[in-house]
Amino acid sequence: MTNSWTDIKNTDLVVIMGGNAAEAHPCGFKWVTEAKATRGAKLVVVDPRFTRSAAVADYYAPVRQGSDIAFLNGVINYCIQNNKVQWEYVKNFTNANYLVKDGFTYQDGLFTGYDAEKRDYNRSTWDYQIGPDGYAMVDDTLQNPRCVWNLLKEHVSIYTPDMVSRITGTPKDKFLKVCEMIGECSSPTKTMTSMYALGWTQHSKGSQNIRTMAMLQLILGNIGVRGGGMNALRGHSNIQGLTDIGLMSNLIPGYLTLATEREPDLATYMSTRGFKPLRPNQMSYWQNYKKFFVSFQKAMFGPAATAENSFAYDWLPKMDVPSYDILRAFELMKQGKMTAYFCQGFNPLQAFPNKAKLAEALGKLKLLVIMDPLETETARFWENHGIYNEADPAKIQTEVIQLPSTCFAEDEGALVNSGRWLQWHWPGGSPPGEAKSDVWIMSQITLRLRALYQKEGGAFPDPILNLTWNYKDPNEPTPSELAKEMNGYVVSDVADPNDPTKKLLEAGKQLSGFGVLRDDGSTACGNWIYSGSFTEAGNMMARRDNSDPGDTGAYSNWSFSWPANRRILYNRASADINGKPWDDTRKLLWWDGAKWTGYDIPDIAPASKPQDVGPFIMNPEGVSRLFARGMMREGPFPVHYEPFESPVANAIAPKVRGNPVARVFKDDFAQFAEVASPDFPYAATSYRLTEHFHYWTKNNHVNSVLQPEFFVEISEELAKEKGITNGGWVRVWSKRGSVLAKAYATKRIRPMTVDGKTVHIVGIPIHWGFVGAAKKGFGANVLTPFVGDANIETPEYKAFCVNIEASTGPAVA
Amino acid sequence: MFPPAPNPPVAPTQAKFGDKDLIRRSASTITPASPRQTEVAKLIDVSKCIGCKACQAACLEWNNLHEEIGTFNGTYTNPPDLTPASFTLMRFTEWVNPETDNLEWLIRKDGCMHCEDPGCLKACPAPGAIVQYSNGIVDFVHENCIGCGYCIKGCPFNIPRISKVDNKAYKCTLCSDRVAVGQWPACAKACPTQAIAFGTKAEMTKWAEGRITDLKSRGYKNAGLYDPPGVGGTHVMYVLQHADKPEIYAGLPNNPRISPVVEIWKGVTKYVGFGFIGLAAVAGVLHHLVAGANRVSAEDEANAEKLTGSDRS
Repeated sequence: MTNSWTDIKNTDLVVIMGGNAAEAHPCGFKWVTEAKATRGAKLVVVDPRFTRSAAVADYYAPVRQGSDIAFLNGVINYCIQNNKVQWEYVKNFTNANYLVKDGFTYQDGLFTGYDAEKRDYNRSTWDYQIGPDGYAMVDDTLQNPRCVWNLLKEHVSIYTPDMVSRITGTPKDKFLKVCEMIGECSSPTKTMTSMYALGWTQHSKGSQNIRTMAMLQLILGNIGVRGGGMNALRGHSNIQGLTDIGLMSNLIPGYLTLATEREPDLATYMSTRGFKPLRPNQMSYWQNYKKFFVSFQKAMFGPAATAENSFAYDWLPKMDVPSYDILRAFELMKQGKMTAYFCQGFNPLQAFPNKAKLAEALGKLKLLVIMDPLETETARFWENHGIYNEADPAKIQTEVIQLPSTCFAEDEGALVNSGRWLQWHWPGGSPPGEAKSDVWIMSQITLRLRALYQKEGGAFPDPILNLTWNYKDPNEPTPSELAKEMNGYVVSDVADPNDPTKKLLEAGKQLSGFGVLRDDGSTACGNWIYSGSFTEAGNMMARRDNSDPGDTGAYSNWSFSWPANRRILYNRASADINGKPWDDTRKLLWWDGAKWTGYDIPDIAPASKPQDVGPFIMNPEGVSRLFARGMMREGPFPVHYEPFESPVANAIAPKVRGNPVARVFKDDFAQFAEVASPDFPYAATSYRLTEHFHYWTKNNHVNSVLQPEFFVEISEELAKEKGITNGGWVRVWSKRGSVLAKAYATKRIRPMTVDGKTVHIVGIPIHWGFVGAAKKGFGANVLTPFVGDANIETPEYKAFCVNIEASTGPAVA
Repeated sequence: MFPPAPNPPVAPTQAKFGDKDLIRRSASTITPASPRQTEVAKLIDVSKCIGCKACQAACLEWNNLHEEIGTFNGTYTNPPDLTPASFTLMRFTEWVNPETDNLEWLIRKDGCMHCEDPGCLKACPAPGAIVQYSNGIVDFVHENCIGCGYCIKGCPFNIPRISKVDNKAYKCTLCSDRVAVGQWPACAKACPTQAIAFGTKAEMTKWAEGRITDLKSRGYKNAGLYDPPGVGGTHVMYVLQHADKPEIYAGLPNNPRISPVVEIWKGVTKYVGFGFIGLAAVAGVLHHLVAGANRVSAEDEANAEKLTGSDRS
């Protein structure tokens, strides 16, 4: 989230699209009801289904899954055509006035530089024109046909209300009503918040779904302001922490990237991470990259990381592919190229797509280690559970080791919520039986591996032998020790340059924040964005002061919000070019003539003159991007692409199948239904229900009472057409598998008219499996396709095609 | 925001009300406590409810109830009806508003309304099985319950359920144990959106007014408070978007009243009945003298085991 949960109370309009906050985030949803009840805010829900969020909405519009970009490009087009633009914001705080290279064009669904063979682009033209002074060229009058604004205007012009309705299935009047409500928020004194979640991420163009809304929010002037923002509602209580700490195959903590094979030394690695400002005076904060990186290496390898050995750069892995994401991992497993798999707090047999492929892949492993507080399907993949998990244990040679771990309520530590708050918590109970904390388990593996390396040597022992492990009890570092390491500490004294008798930094002290990090090895910091969370003043994450001066919703003394305890990112943009708040009733920061002051920690150097330094300090331009340059694999502007399995061809680019740059493995392409396949005529989607949490709570009796049995949701019209009775059995199948489920014929799903054709929707909740207290059932992933988002590989769970028929149900044993 | 639920006290706390505060006791003549305690009420704002069932879970957990894991029956309402273990239940109704042709998903938390004029209590023939405290809470005292089921007949809202295990009637207590020590009912404490609020009846009525104004501003011209006068008002009230048609909310009675049968029962019939009871008692004694005592057979034991099940053992 750019903002925080509590900030939602400040909004005028909540748009829930690509998520279902009432269902999946009921506790956070209280801030929506609060905004409605006290501010008179309106709630708009755009979703294929009439959801629990829609049940309390002021306006609901249906949209076909996988067509969000068409919808949002249509809203952008509406705003541009009807002058619903926060002009001052757009002109000063976005790259609308930047000139784009002449070679850049868009035609028939593709941008310049496409290579169909590689399914990739040459992105060299996707950039600004650079002037003789080395800075990007701009045209403040917005007259130049090559400026971003004019290119954008042209790009979205095809998304007329009629075209939007044709692609999305949203009735034109409903689309226009949503446009009108959103358009009102272009006023500097009205804000809209976007609450989204997996409904946008789980598509082959998930990143672009989100980006399109971010662009709309910029055009409306809603980023950096109270009650605005792009608010990603995370799907696990600590998944924000997972990404922050870099648990992606290609990241290290704080969103730094692992080196690739093409970067053999630190100098080469840094050469593309310099982030030279693209406009005069801009902060371009990533210029500090090396400080973050070197301090991370010092935290990892301590005294063994020296300037002479490039701070142990060689000890980090170098990527040979863009990422070892979950899809690639299971593909490699299936090919027999990945033979051991550690599965920590994850249930991939339920969570990843195409269960048949997953089970086959797991069966080819030599070793599968499960660390989980619960029994999982993955740990039992080899067990035969009849129709729910057909397996022949005699043929599976995989050794499976289950290590029971503690659950969150038995642990101490911080969970990072969607609003980037690191909230410290304490154990509520003792772990049962032999369960051990994840920290203990990982420590034992580390220590025992190290002992083996010490004893036997090995191909490359250095990173293991030199890993810093100076904890009081090496067998189980305490959460505080780990948190202090992430915050960072001073390695060696740093003298004050103005007065050498004084120390700027004193060895052994906790760092006050990332502002003091250095690239010479005198500071160590496990995760630069968490710096400031555990300082000499103590554990900031454990703070529980719920006072809120000015009633702003910031709650600045409650826990710690990264970065630097900042509650709203880009908050300098809450004031105009002269530093005066857009809305006096919703002040956040203002320029007092000498510095930035206000209710939040300024997201800019406090003395930066408002006219000189742009609010988007992480971009070398200092402004936000309506044109993404080469940062997105599909292109600098979002384009509507159909899901890989779709009931219709792409209306704006009939020849383009799916996302043209999404990675698809060969065998998986063969398992996609053809476009508009008569064998798989129905548009399916999968989702969560409020009664359950993923695949955990089916182990809990009460949750299982509240939603006991697997079902699928269809319209009453489709039920009638297929002779399906409400509450009766159905069989649903895709090109990858087949499930039996109870049917829920509901008014909350309606057939849609897409491109002149009736499209029926089949909704599939995900929560059932073959272990647990609830009735045995099938996972939705029996049906879902094995393809991910082109940028980050989140699987396309939200849009695929199935068929359905009435059934007699499972044979009674 | 309505002030959030208070945290529980950490020191032992004296119960705020008890037997001395009764104003009614089933099949008994008592002197009602005077003066009455401030009347309490739970306000269920249907327009704020997201149907998350946290209230249902909290009710099961707090009251240590064991509901069966059922099946899917073509609705999100689970279990499909109130049971002796499910004192509260979210009832889901898909209703197409004929005026706008828009779907509205009406989600009503069902459970005991704690009537000011409680039909269950009036119908109950077992002395002290149903009591009403002066703060308005209607509570079942299970040790006095005879499982006759008359409370169900007496209830205009069809709430109490008889357990097949112990043959006693069960329903929501308004968490009288929690309220007695200054806590909100478990459901209200668990509600994430403050769709359930708790306080004095006056506070809740006033809070509801603000909600109704908000709903009217959003086009719900018939928004209103459900506090039906036919039962003297209730200590569980609803804010409804369409207060003119409560029946669309899974059959919430439009004008609930205590069944006339119960009213008559409490009138002349009662005294006529006493005569019959006397006769029956005499007949019973005669029967015992002639036929002897009733014995529990092995079959009875087996059936009882079946009903209680292993979970209860």
